[in-house]
Amino acid sequence: MQRIGVFICHCGSNIAATVDVERVTEALAKEPGVVYAVNYQYMCSENGQQLIKNAIAEHRLTGIVVCSCSPRMHEATFRKTAEAAGLNAYMVEIANIREQCSWIHKDIEEATEKAIVLARTAVAKILLDKPLTAGETGVTKRALVIGGGIAGIQAALDIADAGYEVDIVEKRPTIGGRMAQLDKTFPTLDCSACILTPKMVDCAQSDKINIFSYSEVEEVKGFVGNFDVKIRKKARHVDETKCTGCGVCMASCPSKKGLNEFNMNLNNRPAIYIPFAQAIPNVAIIDPEQCLKLKSDKCGLCQRKCGVGAIDYKQEDSFVERKYGAIVVATGFRPIKLDNFNEFGYADNKDVVTSLELERLMNAAGPTKGTLLRPSDGKHPKVITFIQCVGSRDVSGCGKPYCSKICCMYTAKHAMLIREKYPDTEVHVFYIDIRTPGKNYDEFYRRAVEQYGVDYIKGMVGKVYNENGKLMVQGSDLLDNKQIVIPSDLVVLATAIEPDPSVRDIATKLTISIDTNDFLTEAHAKLRPVESPTAGVFLAGVCQGPKDVPETVSQASACASKVIGLLAKDKLKGNPCVSHVDENMCTGCSQCEQVCPYGAITYIDKEFRIGGGKTETRRVASVNPAVCQGCGACTVTCPSGAMDLYGFSSAQILKEVEAICKR
Amino acid sequence: MQEITTTHKPLIVAFCCNWCSYAGADLAGSSRLSYPAEVKIIRVPCSCRVNPIFVLKAFQRGADGVILCGCHPGDCHYSTGNYHTRRRMALMFSMLNYFGIEKERTRIEWVSAAEGAKFSQVMNDFAKTINELGENRRLEDLRCKK
Amino acid sequence: MSDIFTVENIKRISGTDVRKCMKCGKCSGRCPAFDDMDIKPHQFVTMLGQGRVEELLSSKAIFNCLSCMACVERCPRGVAPANVIEAVRDTVERMQGGDAIKAEDIPAIVDELIPQQLLMSAFRKYKK
Repeated sequence: MQRIGVFICHCGSNIAATVDVERVTEALAKEPGVVYAVNYQYMCSENGQQLIKNAIAEHRLTGIVVCSCSPRMHEATFRKTAEAAGLNAYMVEIANIREQCSWIHKDIEEATEKAIVLARTAVAKILLDKPLTAGETGVTKRALVIGGGIAGIQAALDIADAGYEVDIVEKRPTIGGRMAQLDKTFPTLDCSACILTPKMVDCAQSDKINIFSYSEVEEVKGFVGNFDVKIRKKARHVDETKCTGCGVCMASCPSKKGLNEFNMNLNNRPAIYIPFAQAIPNVAIIDPEQCLKLKSDKCGLCQRKCGVGAIDYKQEDSFVERKYGAIVVATGFRPIKLDNFNEFGYADNKDVVTSLELERLMNAAGPTKGTLLRPSDGKHPKVITFIQCVGSRDVSGCGKPYCSKICCMYTAKHAMLIREKYPDTEVHVFYIDIRTPGKNYDEFYRRAVEQYGVDYIKGMVGKVYNENGKLMVQGSDLLDNKQIVIPSDLVVLATAIEPDPSVRDIATKLTISIDTNDFLTEAHAKLRPVESPTAGVFLAGVCQGPKDVPETVSQASACASKVIGLLAKDKLKGNPCVSHVDENMCTGCSQCEQVCPYGAITYIDKEFRIGGGKTETRRVASVNPAVCQGCGACTVTCPSGAMDLYGFSSAQILKEVEAICKR
Repeated sequence: MQEITTTHKPLIVAFCCNWCSYAGADLAGSSRLSYPAEVKIIRVPCSCRVNPIFVLKAFQRGADGVILCGCHPGDCHYSTGNYHTRRRMALMFSMLNYFGIEKERTRIEWVSAAEGAKFSQVMNDFAKTINELGENRRLEDLRCKK
Repeated sequence: MSDIFTVENIKRISGTDVRKCMKCGKCSGRCPAFDDMDIKPHQFVTMLGQGRVEELLSSKAIFNCLSCMACVERCPRGVAPANVIEAVRDTVERMQGGDAIKAEDIPAIVDELIPQQLLMSAFRKYKK
């Protein structure tokens, strides 16, 4: 039998001026289950709380109802008070008689009646309250970073700096990501490699950071603080522990037809290769599609030449299983495929290139050793035309509906660098809008126009066609209301970017959500921008939305601080107001599993006694209280009513409805 | 009979999600924006916690109107809860309409934590509608009446 | 004037939402008849949005448009400039009462792949 105490607060005159607190006290004292009712000037004050504590002890109360301000204000205060008096913290209900009553009503009669109803409703609810205890789980003090681009690198370095172990899983043979492929970075024009490679080296040298290159996440189980992750280390046919990165194997390899992915397939590489000079780890890898030994068991030259015996043709994929407390997703992006845009002639003309290809064509470590030469005939281009918004802001279904955000700035950068290095080159840029918000960004763009004389044309290109070896770029000049044709030597397409396709698989494994454009969804667009809706999983870089390097780095550091905040805890205290399942009622239909936004519900096969000494195995839902956030979506979806929510049970809400409707 | 209808005080049950609408109601309160006392609020973690049974129960026990308030679409604290509510209640309300509970007696509104003024305006408007419709006699369980 | 000359009616016939246009000019950049047109394809979209129907109805460009549909094909926003031009042209034709083929002849020549707007063009083109 419950023994409820009701405490009515005057809140100075805030409540008492419009609500007759004495009458409320009298009315509530008569309610079934209520053994004590009292009113006081300020319940939340030290004295008020003492009054509650004394009453709990004196009247052996099993639960308290405080009629005061909004629970959003002082629920936590009164929970602590109850706990200090030896009561369960969740045996407290608040009747909001200030914001919902005294402050909005002027008539004392009306307000008092409403206050009584609200208090009765709270009593009706508390009679069905059960003591709840927040579950505690331990935290594995290690973080996993998926993706080794600048976002992953920065997050890993920051987490390691705080003293926690970090593993980076990178699917390519080296970390560095897209930034490693860039030539210069806006708006300061630092050489990308010069600022990125030291960070890559820091990762390799840190005793807290462990890099799994050429590896992928195979399986993720568990929940915040306790993820069990299986990592597949793909066979690179070279022993990482032995290889010194000397490069002798590369020189000896007779197969040289492999396309160099790092240089955007603009030149070739041997079948055994190191992606680029500053690769981390600086270890060779064999491309099984190209290697003669692996394809036809002929050759084996690299094995003979290797001084340390690192080559292992028989190597197979291996698996590592580790526990992590937190996961950072930083899977990055790629430029979109241009198959839908044949008007720009990308597939038919070698001299129509994407911006990322231009980065490699201008890079000193690129296929042309840093001299800008046309891919078709190796000549210096004299007229270069840039086309912006290729595939961005496209709702026709060919491209992407969003703005890729970085193209305006990198196009200005390219135009500027070309005009600086080759002043005799004519540079045109077709644009729809120029978007350069950001520190020193608009100034940068204006410099391209004013100082470097880049010709910006407002309009879009309708088609690019080849006429006698010249690329004819036909487009509108909207400000002049003309159609113009620019005979060009090189055409550069500012191609839209999209999330790396691996993100879908990762999102499924982590039960985090992706939007219609495959970008990962953050927990709250404004206030929780680096957290995924799944506790313990954080987002950094372009996988969450288009962004440039400085923004990516800020987001990665923000992620790291969230991870550190999580790993610093020894125990995670959960929210006890979570879902629970009545296994006898559960039919195993899986509907709750599908509506749960957090992946907190799984299905298990469980044995039940069915009488006569027999058992049967049934498939029933199982809620992980550490992952459940207590929204209640499953409770309503459940067709058999097996799901219920602690703290807001169906029976309680029904009682509340009844109490309100009692005339 | 005539006497009952004239003295009938309407009863409105409002379900408010903890994160947006309940906070919006608090803001309405702290801004002293009044709305009729017949509106009584029940706090739920998310609008998707509102089981259609709760709505039925309210009408069974003599409520004259039921209103659900949640976060704006896209702003749900639990990311997708209010989408479930929107679909579920569209069906529920049309069924109630079929049963004779006018569709004006049921409503869904999206009220954010910053929209105290909207909360009060919505409640005033809803209460006015319910007052005009008068007492709801459908679904009401007479056994519950004293 | 009857209401077939209203902005709303022309918008309705064109079946396109001119507000979606982001003024990129790709339609005019691709148009093969651009030089002959007094009002350019992108201007048709903009001017219809501004409600400048009188100017559009008196333009010569409506008879220069080849209905090649290149602008429709290339528009990144799913706006159909050729449909707007056709709608204006259609309105002018109706004003003159000069349909080239009879409506009852259509079912025999139509097949599912013919865009609606090309069919409208046919009313005018096969006059001789």
